Parts: sequence; structure tokens; C-alpha cells
Amino acid sequence: MALVEEDTRTAAPAGAGGQDAAVEVSGLRMRYGGTDVLHGVDLHARRGEVVVLLGPNGAGKTTTVEILEGFRARSAGEVRVLGADPATADERWRARLGVVMQSWRDHGRWQVGELLAYLARFYAPYSEPGRPRPRPMGELLETVGLADCAHRRVNTLSGGQRRRLDVAIGIVGRPEVLFLDEPTAGFDPEARRDFHDLVHGLADEDTTILLTTHDLDEAEKLADRILILAGGRVVAQGSAEELAARVPADAEVKWTRGGQRFVHSTPDATAFLRGLLNEAGDEVTGIEVRRASLEDAYMSLVHRHETGRAHEAAAAFTEEVR
Amino acid sequence: MNTPALTAVRAGLARGLAEFRHTLTSKEDLFGHFGMVAVFIVAAMFMRGQNVDGTDIPIANMWLPGLMGLTVIMGGLLTVASVLATEREDGTLLRAKAVPNGMTGYLVGKAVHILLVITTLVVLLIAVALLLLDGFSMGGPADWATVAWVVVLGLLATAPLGAIAGSLIANPRSVMAVLMIPFMAVMGVSGVFYQVSGFPEWLQWVAQAMPLYWIALGMRSAFLPDSMLAIEIAHSWRLDQAALMLSAWAVAGFLVAVPVLRRMARRESGSRVEAGRRKALQRG
Repeated sequence: MALVEEDTRTAAPAGAGGQDAAVEVSGLRMRYGGTDVLHGVDLHARRGEVVVLLGPNGAGKTTTVEILEGFRARSAGEVRVLGADPATADERWRARLGVVMQSWRDHGRWQVGELLAYLARFYAPYSEPGRPRPRPMGELLETVGLADCAHRRVNTLSGGQRRRLDVAIGIVGRPEVLFLDEPTAGFDPEARRDFHDLVHGLADEDTTILLTTHDLDEAEKLADRILILAGGRVVAQGSAEELAARVPADAEVKWTRGGQRFVHSTPDATAFLRGLLNEAGDEVTGIEVRRASLEDAYMSLVHRHETGRAHEAAAAFTEEVR
Repeated sequence: MNTPALTAVRAGLARGLAEFRHTLTSKEDLFGHFGMVAVFIVAAMFMRGQNVDGTDIPIANMWLPGLMGLTVIMGGLLTVASVLATEREDGTLLRAKAVPNGMTGYLVGKAVHILLVITTLVVLLIAVALLLLDGFSMGGPADWATVAWVVVLGLLATAPLGAIAGSLIANPRSVMAVLMIPFMAVMGVSGVFYQVSGFPEWLQWVAQAMPLYWIALGMRSAFLPDSMLAIEIAHSWRLDQAALMLSAWAVAGFLVAVPVLRRMARRESGSRVEAGRRKALQRG
């Protein structure tokens, strides 16, 4: 419980911001009817940073992103994206943003190249020195791996190709901030890897990226910082290693001895191994140590949140007794 | 007008042309737009040789202008409503929102597309009539001008109504079901295929409150000889009144449609599109 409390406090961008901040959110609340969907989310992304919003379904990831994109009005809180309030920002602000939505069949009759060329036109008046807009068509198609599909009709694309097109549309205006809502849903492993390379490339171009996913592996690979969202709150944030380190989870040690495989969970793998090797020495082979991973941290945090605070207090109590 | 807005209008023109090209290469669209016209043409052929009571004008010749009027209101009301509901559901509108000045481009594109489709249909009807109907004449430049402004003003008068319907009806598959009955009623009352002057007086007033009556009247004025005035209300084409009534519908429609469209567009978001997708897929 202490962990959770501490996180929400440190997450507040106290005096954060300045020139370096691309996204600043504090105390963001969203209320539908009588239920709160977001209970004071704090979020902060620097220029060029890749921030991943990780959380179970219904945690409020999409709602948060939609508020930042300016597609949804918030109930309360401070929100600044590229220095402007998305609820009132103008078209010039819109031109600096890229949005990859979870689309499905819009513009089905358009050819890939035709649609991209159409959407690209809108960005030309917003070109800036150092950030020429729009991105050239050939380069764009090449980047997302659709170079052979320029003349294909959108409704003949496969699910993965369709998603690449969505990404292409999101980056056609060379955005300064890019929102990606579950971008790799429906990707095969190869497409996923290509996509991860693409995200790294964009981050190198000084694009701030805010990405939602419930794929832990993806979060670990892409994120400079991970925010774990559960029940409308940021319950923890940090790099994948930091998050994993925060969870007092046991490490798992596996070894083989006399042709038999053993598994043991221990809070201190080093001490345990020292003992094991001192005792058995040469007989022990095939040692594997699995430290607490992001997955463990995630499961523990989300579980703790979902079972509620009463439960947490109980857990803290039993720990004290022990 | 600043550069971004101008760019968006130009992009919208390109969008309209692209969508028109898509319409011409889509079986579904061709059938939807041209199918009904074809049915009416066949029906008109069967009526050859029969004249409108008390005149020497074949019935088919009177039907054709009515059919052109019907084409205009179908484009303005039904097509606009169903396209808007469909493109809200499939995410096209959200796409427009995500692009700077994208809504301007989208709306200009839609206007250009509808105008091109309706103009093509009207020109096609005129061509068919010239080829197949005895005594059908193109009239002079003044009549062509009448056809042109009746098409444009007719679309301006009816498209806001279609936009309102398309904004309020969430499910694109219900649009036709909801609109068909009022549409049929208006069609029946407005004297598209027979003269309103034979109706009881109260019904004549109802007809004259509807935009379709004035659109069809304008079309008849262009393609029928003045001898047909004998069976029109007030024995006049009343083009000034037609222009006035259609303008009134257009102004009133826009006054209501703009806030309704704004509200609808504001509410579009990814999760709404996603919810629509689930609903559509559940239906199979």
C-alpha cells in the first residue's frame, strides 16, 4: 500500500514541464454518469520520450489517450499537450499531433497511396523548418513496409497491413507527439518487431510517443517509462527494471542434480545458490535464475489494486505479524 | 481565407472527385444510385401513348421531371443521411477529425460528391428522355439555368435534413428504415407523378410546405410546355416562390443542422467507433 501511495504522489509533475515537456497531465478526472473512470491521473512525458500506458481492459487507458488527443472532454484536471489544452486547441496544434486509432474499415474503397496523398495535403501549410510536412510518400510507404501496396484498395489489405496503414496515417504529418492506441493488435511476431523498430526510429526523430498496450513484452521493449494504470489511477511508474525491483517477489532458481530437475523460490537467489553449490558442488548443472520480472510487478500491482485497499491493509498486517 | 483553410477546401474538392470515381467503379453504388432511376424509366416506357388527362402531353413526359426532382431529394436526404451514419460508424469521420482542418475537407468532399452524382443522374435522365420520349424537348438556355439552380437549391434545402437524420440515427442499418416512411409520405403528397391540383385543398397546402413539391415544379417548368400550366396550382410555374421556399428550407435546415453536426462530431471518438464496430460485428 505504501508503494501505491508513494507513486501517486511522486508522479505529480511538481514544477515539471518547462520547454522540455510534451505532455503534462495532473489530477485528470473523468466521470460518466455517476461513475468515475479516471480518479486523478498524473502523467508527464518529455520530448522524445516513449511512454507506455499499461493496464488491464477498462483501466482507463483509451479514455486518457482520447482526452489528450482532444477527442473527449474531461471532467476535471490540468492537461497540456505541446503546451496547449486539447479541449480548446486549434488546428495548428492538431497538425503537430499524430493519432493512430483503432480503426477498422474506413476509406475501404480508397487506394493506399491515394488515401495517404489526400490526408498528407492537409499538413502542407503547417510545414516548419526542421520538420517538413507532410512526410514524402515514398519514404512513408517504405517506413511502414507498404511500398508494394500503394495501388491496393484499402479493403483488400490484411489486418496487419491495415494496421501499418493506420500507423502511416498517424505519422504522415511528421508529428511531434504521437498517440498509439494498441497499435500492434493483430500483428504477427515479425510485423511486431518491424513496428518496434519503427517506434525506435520515430523516437530518434525527437517524436514523443504515448502508447497503450496490454502486452507486457511490448511495453518492456519500447518504453523509456511505463505507467501502470489500474482502475482509473496510475498505480506505479518507472522503467521496466525499476518496476520489477519494487515488487518483493521471489526469484525462481532451477537446477539439475543427479538427472533430476529442481525448482526453488527464494527472496535471495545469490545466498541460496552459494549454499547449494557449497553443499552439492559438481553434481549441480543447468542452473537458471529467473528474477522478478515486469510481469510479476504488473500482476502484483494490478491484483493489489483490484482486490482493493482493505485487502492491502490485511496483507500489510500479516506481513508485520510474520 | 487563410492558407490551411484554402488547402482543406482544395483537398475536399479532390476528395469529392475521388469518391465520385469510386462510385462509378462500385457495383453497389451504381445499383443504389442508378437502380431506382432505371426502374422508373422502364415504368415510364410502359405508360407511353397515354396522355395526361385533358392535355396532349404523354404521362411519361410529366413523370420525368418529377423523377429528376425525386433524384435530388433522394441525394440530399437519403444519401446524405446514410453516408453520414455509415461513416460515423466506420471511423471515416474520426479520421477527418484527427487531421488539421480535416472536417472542412470532409464536408467539401461530401458536397462535391453528392453534387456530381446527382448532376450525373439528372443529365442521364435528360439524355434518356431525349432518346426515348416523344415530344420531349430540352428547352432553351433559360430552362437549363432553371434545372441547374433547382438542383443546387434543392440539394441545399434537403441535405441539412439528411445531415440531421444521419447525426441522430446511430445505426447506419436503421437509416433507411426510419426515413423510408416519411420519405414515401412526402413523395405521395408532393405530386411528383400526378398533379397536386386534384387534391383536397388542405392536402395541397401540405404539399406546398414540402421542398419536394417545389423542386419537382421547377423541373416541370423546364421540361413541360406552358400548356401544362392548366393543371398546376394558380396556373403558374411560380419559380420565384419555388426559389423562396427552397431557400427558406435551406436556411432553416442549416440553422438546425450546424449545431447538430457540431455536437455529433464532438462526440466522435475511438471508443465510440469501437463500440459501433462491436455492434456491427455482433449483428453478423
